[in-house]
Amino acid sequence: MEYAPPQFFHRGPAPIARLTFFALLSVLLMVLDARFRYAEPMRQLLAIAVYPLQQLAIAPVSALAHSREFFTTQTRLRRENAELRDEKLKDAELLLALDSVREENEQLKRLLGARERLTGDSIFAEIVYAGRDPFSRKVIIDKGTQQGIALGQPVIDAAGVIGQVTRVQPLLAEVTLVTDKDHAIPVQVVRNGLRGVAYGSGDGATMELRHMAANAEVEKGDVLATSGIDGVYPRGLPVARIVRIERDAAYAFAKIVAEPVAGTDQHRQVLVLARMDDTPAWSEDPSRGARKAGKSRRSPRKPD
Amino acid sequence: MALEAPGQQYLLLPAKGSFIVASLLVALAFNLLPWQDVRGVPDLLAVVITFWCIHQPRKMGIGAAWALGLVMDAANGTLFGQYALAYAALAYAAQSLHRRILRFPLWQQALHVLVLLAAAQLLMLAVRLAAGGTYPGISYFVGSVVAAALWPVVTVFLLAPQRRPAEVDETRPI
Repeated sequence: MEYAPPQFFHRGPAPIARLTFFALLSVLLMVLDARFRYAEPMRQLLAIAVYPLQQLAIAPVSALAHSREFFTTQTRLRRENAELRDEKLKDAELLLALDSVREENEQLKRLLGARERLTGDSIFAEIVYAGRDPFSRKVIIDKGTQQGIALGQPVIDAAGVIGQVTRVQPLLAEVTLVTDKDHAIPVQVVRNGLRGVAYGSGDGATMELRHMAANAEVEKGDVLATSGIDGVYPRGLPVARIVRIERDAAYAFAKIVAEPVAGTDQHRQVLVLARMDDTPAWSEDPSRGARKAGKSRRSPRKPD
Repeated sequence: MALEAPGQQYLLLPAKGSFIVASLLVALAFNLLPWQDVRGVPDLLAVVITFWCIHQPRKMGIGAAWALGLVMDAANGTLFGQYALAYAALAYAAQSLHRRILRFPLWQQALHVLVLLAAAQLLMLAVRLAAGGTYPGISYFVGSVVAAALWPVVTVFLLAPQRRPAEVDETRPI
């Protein structure tokens, strides 16, 4: 041992050994994350640690965006004001009609014994930035668990559904857009009530209505709205408009391509809706589940 | 600023640990800027890691690169371990090539760095495709090209503190 090399030459394990160690560790973490979602607490911890730096990086950019809004010219504001007033007038007419229709609708629903459509709390949020992961379609919003955001909440903008909250941090949340690859959302063709599931295609612009029979009654231009049977998205929110249908007799299913109606890449302001929690819990015993569902149907939820 | 030709060598001051840490943090902050589309944006943290692995292989190593990769994963919401794996491999490659790379003039060093960064991205691409991600298109690699083009600039900036004379000498010609 007395002939051991001096301290200066000690460099620890060989680089290749280190690389192997860290590579294996990474693969282990990736498998845990992708298959079992075990890496979430550690990710949270690191995300909190890096949060100040992130805010530091975001601050000047968002300040710039806000200052640009501040310095809009007066003429533009006046024009916008006039436009908005016109729109308000037009909307008022529709709203009046809507009120009576809603009243009538509720009456009819009560007659049918159906539950009221959920109109729970919604949280207003702003998109901070588009997700930096080029392999998926996500946006980061400026509200988190502190503001009451929870996993799985649907997110909409003025035109329709943009996605779903898939990861929450204390002050930020990640929304997976409906165009993300294999993001599924149960929809219904508004025109005829045909149900299906729309999947994101991953290219950032389109969705696909899969597993629809080649002769399914779907037309170009049909609007797809959420069907509400998944217990996540409330019923009747517009999702996408069908832009292309390829019917090939060689295949059992038609290839139906749709474009999201919401500006998944344009808007800054979004609304995070409360989750629908009123679906009955899934139960092993079918008769018990049916009884439960029947019971809740008999006692409709009071509105708010 | 004319930098040294391959044969010619400067005696540099030792690199300060605090400066290395600061440069890594600045690069990390740059990566955390709210980019609307990351394609074409250079991964500055990868460049700085490569830089220190080439210039100070004893101070910057695979473990540190791996840890920074984990931070990137947490901040970006990517698959946990994806950046860590890529950065560890990048650090290993840069460390083992550091003697060779330093013999070349800067623009040829940039070509080496381009290959290293593109290989790291390719590794991430392979991992994500295996995990069921979307292929983001060839534009995904544009970031590496931009980053490699930045290599001479990064070198000038990060070597600047080491080029200063240790003691201020009024009669020194530089």
